[in-house]
Formats: sequence, C-alpha cells, structure tokens
Amino acid sequence: MRVRFDVKRYDPEKDEAPYFQTYEVELEESDRVLDGLNQIRWRRDGTLAFRRSCEHGICGSDAMRINGRNRLACRTLVRDVGKRVRVEPLLGLPVVRDLVVDQRRFFQDYRSVLPFLVNDEPAPPRERLQTPGDRQRFDDTTRCILCAACTTSCPSAWGDESFIGPAAIVQAHRFIFDTRDHATAERLARLNGRSGVWACRTVYNCTVACPREIQVTRAIAEVKRAALLGGR
Amino acid sequence: MPTRVEVHQLDAVVVGGGGAGLAAAVYLARRPGIRTGVISKLYPTRSHTGTAQGGVGAALGNCDPEGDSWEWHMFDTVKGSDYLADQDAVEIMCREAVEVVYELEHMGLPFSRTAEGRIAQRRFGGHTINFGERLSRRACYAADRTGQMILQTLYQQCIKHHVEFYDEYQVIDLLVENKRCQGVVAIEIASGALHVFHAKAVLFATGGWGRMFKITSNAVSLTGDAAALVWRRGLPLEDMEFFQIHPTGIYKLGILITEGVRGEGGVLRNREGERFMEVYAPRMKDLASRDVVSRAIYLEIRAGRGIEGKAYVNLDATHLGRGLIGEKLPDVADFCRTYIGIDPAFDPMPVQPTAHYAMGGLPTDSDGRLLADAAGAIVEGAYAAGECACVSVHGANRLGTNSLLDLVVFGRRAGLHMAAFAAGSNHDSLPDDPTGPAIEALQRIRGGKGERAAAIRDEMQATMTEHVSVFREDAGLSEAIAKIGELRQRFRDVKIDDKGERYNLDLLEAFELGCLLDCAYSTATAARNRTESRGAHYREDFQQRNDREWLKHTFQTLRDGDKVEFNYRPVTVTRFEPKERVY
Repeated sequence: MRVRFDVKRYDPEKDEAPYFQTYEVELEESDRVLDGLNQIRWRRDGTLAFRRSCEHGICGSDAMRINGRNRLACRTLVRDVGKRVRVEPLLGLPVVRDLVVDQRRFFQDYRSVLPFLVNDEPAPPRERLQTPGDRQRFDDTTRCILCAACTTSCPSAWGDESFIGPAAIVQAHRFIFDTRDHATAERLARLNGRSGVWACRTVYNCTVACPREIQVTRAIAEVKRAALLGGR
Repeated sequence: MPTRVEVHQLDAVVVGGGGAGLAAAVYLARRPGIRTGVISKLYPTRSHTGTAQGGVGAALGNCDPEGDSWEWHMFDTVKGSDYLADQDAVEIMCREAVEVVYELEHMGLPFSRTAEGRIAQRRFGGHTINFGERLSRRACYAADRTGQMILQTLYQQCIKHHVEFYDEYQVIDLLVENKRCQGVVAIEIASGALHVFHAKAVLFATGGWGRMFKITSNAVSLTGDAAALVWRRGLPLEDMEFFQIHPTGIYKLGILITEGVRGEGGVLRNREGERFMEVYAPRMKDLASRDVVSRAIYLEIRAGRGIEGKAYVNLDATHLGRGLIGEKLPDVADFCRTYIGIDPAFDPMPVQPTAHYAMGGLPTDSDGRLLADAAGAIVEGAYAAGECACVSVHGANRLGTNSLLDLVVFGRRAGLHMAAFAAGSNHDSLPDDPTGPAIEALQRIRGGKGERAAAIRDEMQATMTEHVSVFREDAGLSEAIAKIGELRQRFRDVKIDDKGERYNLDLLEAFELGCLLDCAYSTATAARNRTESRGAHYREDFQQRNDREWLKHTFQTLRDGDKVEFNYRPVTVTRFEPKERVY
C-alpha cells in the first residue's frame, strides 16, 4: 500500500525554520515505520537524517514523534498508524538535524543519579545473594533502554530544563530498590527536590510513551515515597 | 571537507562501545594515571551487545546437582568449534568465566535468581555435563535480556570510573606504521569534523559484519569497519570463512529468537508436526550446536517439509505455559506480538536461519594483541576483542552463551594488557599527514557519480545469502567472488545525495558499505579456498572434515586491492584430540 510520510525537516546550517516534506512510499501493512524511513533515505532522498540501529526495539536509537506520540520507529507498524504518517523529532531537546536531537543533556541527567551499584563492602568469593522476590522488586526498571521517549514526552520536562526527567528517575529506582546497593541517601539527595521527583505532576505521558511498557509513573511514585520515608 | 582537524592525545583508545570495548575500558580506567577514551558510532548503550538474549556461559554449577566444571565447558566449546578453536585460549576463557560472571554480579548485574538467591542458569545448545553425557544448565541469565544487562552494567562502571566517551564518532582509518599503531582517525558525526586520536594503545571492539547478508539478526551498524580497515592496511584476517547462521530468526525479518527458548524446552517442528531434530541429533536434539540445527532446518525445507512448503519451520513453545514465558522469555514474547501478531504461549513461532555471528576476524593472542602475520608477530599497541576479533575460541562454530563470555573475558584481558603497556611506553610519533587517507576515502564518496549505495548493498546481500550461507560449493562461491569483485569496482563510483557536514548518514552508510564489501570478499574467497566441511562452513562438494589438510587457521592478506594471499597458522591442541563430532 502507498503510505504518505510527512517528515519534519530542519538543517540548522541552511534552513531558516523547520518545514515538512512529503514522501510517498510503497509498504506492506506489516512493515515498520522505520522501513519507510529507510526506503526514503536509501532510495529517494539521502539527505534525510535519523538514528537507528537494531531495528527491533532494543537499542533505543529511533525514538521519535509518530503521529504526535513518542514511539520507536522500529516498533511501530504501518498497520498501527495507517496510510498517513507524520514524523517529527522528539520535543524538548535541540534538533541537530531532521529527526536527530542532541541527547547530551539527557545523558547528563542520567549520570547525575549515580547510575551504578554502590557497595563498598568486600565482595564475597561468589555472588552476593538476592532472593527472587528482592530481585523482582526492581525488575521493571531494569528494562529501560535509555531511548528518551519518556523524558521528551513529559510536560514538566518541556517546561523546566532543570527537571531531571522520568528516565533518570527510572534509573535511580533501579538502584534504590536493589537490596545490594548502599547509596539510596545520595540518590535521594539529588531527587528529593524541585528539579527531582517533585517536578513530576503525574501526567502519565511517560508511561504511555515507554516502548518497553515500563510503569514509569509508578516507579516515580515509589521514589517519591522513598524520598518521604528517607529510604526504600 | 572541513579543514579543521582536532588532535586528542590519550593513553588508550577503545573503538566500539559494546560489551568488549566497555569491559576493556573499565579495567583500563581502574588503573590510575591511564587516560582512556571510548569512541563509538552509537551511544554505547545502543550497541549490539544489548540485543543478546539468552545468557552468558560459566561453570558455576548453581542449577545441576552434580555441579559443573570449567573443563566440561572447555570440552563443549572445543567440540562445538569442530576442533578448530585454539585450546589454550578456550581454557583461559572457560576458567576465567566463573570469576568474570561473579565480578559482573558484584558490579551490580541484575541476574535472575534461584530460590536460594544464587545466579539462575539455564540449558543452552551444546553445553553438557561430564564431556557430553547430558545437557547442563550453564547459561547465567537475566530473563531474556542478558546482553542488555551486561552492556548497561559495564557502561555504569565506566561512568563510575570516569571513562571519557566520544559518542557518535565513527572511525574512518587506523594509523599504523612499521607494525606499531599510533592511533585512529574518526569523524564526529554531529559536526562532520575530523579528529585524530593519538594513543599508545588502541583496541578494536567494533562487533561483526552480519549486514553483508540479506536475512540477519544484526543491527544496521554491524558493518565490519575494523576488519575492513585492518585488511586495507595490509594486515591479515583470520578464519573469515566461518560465519554462524543462527537457526531461529523470525521468518523474513531475521530478528533473533534466543536459543534460550529451546533451552527452556521449546522444540522445532516441520509441516508434518514432526520434531525433526530427533533424526539429525538423536541425543541433544533441539539443543545440538547451531551449525547442526541450521543445516537440519534447511534440509527439511529442501525436502518440502517447511511450513506450507515455504522456507520456514515452527519453533513450538506452546507447552511451556504463559507463566514461564512471561517470566523467563518476556522480550521474545513481545517481539512475536509486535512483529508477527502471535503469542508464543498459544502459537508456534515461524523461524528461519538468520546470519548471526562472525567466528573469524582480527587475529589476536590471548591478551588481545593484534597479530601481524600467521607466524604470530605482533602489531605493537594494537588490540582487538569481542566479535571482531579471532582469538580463536570459537573455531568453526560458536556455542551459544560463549559470545557474551568471550567479550567480557577477552575485553578484560585486553584492557589489563593495554593498561600495563600504556603505563610502560611512550606515544609513537604520528605519521605525516595522519588524516590524508581518511580524507581521501571520504572525498571519493562525496565526489562519486555512479549509483546509490543501496543498489550495490542489495546485490551484495542477495549474493551472500544465496551462495555463501549454510550450504556452499565451488561454482556458487566462484560466482559470488566474481559478483562481489564487480560490486567493489562499482562501489568506487558510489554516489550520495547528501553533501552536507552535519549528521551525514548518507556518507557514512556508503563508507560502511565499502567495509561490508571487503568483509564479503574476504568471506567468499576464504570459503572457496577451504575445501573441506567444518562447523559452520559446509561444502557440498567436500562434505567431510579433513584434519590432515585443514586442521589449521586461514590467514588472508589483501594485495593490490583485490588479490588475496593465503597463509596458515596451526591450531593449538592441548587437552582434546580432534575426534568425530556427534550430537
């Protein structure tokens, strides 16, 4: 079937303002939106810039706005979006070119929550023990692939650059609720404030946007609770 | 082209931000005073290690009453390799496996757990107890996202240890003179600027080149950049004829369905509903090694027993139950729902073999040092690890779970060796005009007037899938070599639309196609040269393994642009004499 792609284009080097360009692409219902974008760049217009890599929803490269919603282009099928597809870059981050946004700030926020296990006790000769129940406690947030779909769907993040954003909180949650970790206090010090979890207004956009179906808003609520109680 | 070139002087540079590169970087950064940079064409968390699903092999013995031993693991790996792996290197890998898996756990890796709170382990193809007696549970897993968890854990440790990251920088050339590496030249994708990384030690950890095939589990970014760059510099590639075609990719898409599905009890069935692996591998059945299972699937399809007569069979996990699938194989279930609209708890999965893993690559010793020739000379300061390297621990066929293991064990060893080397040496002086060849390569693409990269890439992928896949024979290989040769000529005039500087993927995809064509040329010529069948390399015109003539590694060097010179290196045999391989 013929699918019409309206793609937001912008090259800050030569364009005064962003504009939409239309391409018609022949696709099957079971094809991915990414297949359409690839067809455009490979066979029609090599100047179209977008990120992509694994093509099956694990690497997190191709988050973009598809018909107004943040999605991964490789996890969105033509049958889900129909014959007209509007594709735009993620909101809230500067556009490098076309669908590519500058993600440096996103990764800086991620780094600010100490995204690594902190445990200074001498390690045992074998593994540290953890019950399946304790492991399950943070399972959902280990599934984050840092695609930025949640953070760039969040009105609080659009309105306030200092807000750390849902993805960084998800990453903090992954450690705060890991029984092996000892840095809850330091992480909560970063998160227990206006640029941390309290900037969240429980809009649920992040949960809807997450291509991994992580319960992001719930994770944020659990971190809020930990912040109030002073620990997990 | 921009005239501005930035020069960075670091102690150690790691090219590639996947598991091997990040493992090396962690151990480099732990050594005080060693300034380490990771150059990656993707944000590191988007590397292909993240798509590995099933597990990492280590003889922890957490889940089998008789325990486990590294020696059993070693035997299985050597047998899986069809006796082509170097057994000294395999011994190192299987011994260190236990230690590195515990270390990953200590770093925070969220492994799935047993009821006792230990690291959970599952069955995987070719892994056995007591030298082949029965299947063992050796694959340590984190649901079916083990690779993602390894990648993230190593990235987290790099952040903790202040590794410098050059995200979205793509390496265009390596600097090497007189068997000494001086660094690399890379393009900063966001700006198009060139950067020279002047280093004492350089590690290549750029992954594989599965994109030379049409049906593949590999990401778009797996284009064999390091293999091509090394080959163009007159250095050898090892065992390139051995490319693993994984038995179970989603039909038509090639997306990997982990062997963990069969490890948990899933079975392959043909159109008659028969569990056909009982015929091909009476003891190990669906968990025979991958080359055996892929050939069996193709033979079933050839005999007209594909589902509906088409080129796929069914992977049946419907008897495992929703609970187990939800807990242990959630991502696989999600891929099936998303891409083919089925639920593996109720419907069989349509699968076909998919190009998956390069056993061959940049020859190294067991510390990751790059070999300059088949006699074992070293390129000082150059290293390789992970899929792009050939140590060789996988020989002619890699066992499942051994790739994640390989990249952590040999990434770590390379990192430790590089740290010691960098601490005890000075920077070699940069060559005159270090960016000359890189600029020339990019200018040629920018000035091309011929056809688009995609047209050439389509023909390459079709040729490789038709003639250089699971079954090979002389006539088809000769046709493939001629075709790839022609495509390499046509590539010299490849045309791009995008003449800009910023984020020019048109330019970089064309550059990557050039790398893939070199890998394809190397693979096809090596495959024609090896007139025997071993592991993943199956010749219909030479169906037997021939240890008398071919128990040796292929070393290929490129001369004058298209002539391939072959040399050989003996296989190291220590504990296990080659014998017939039966599953």
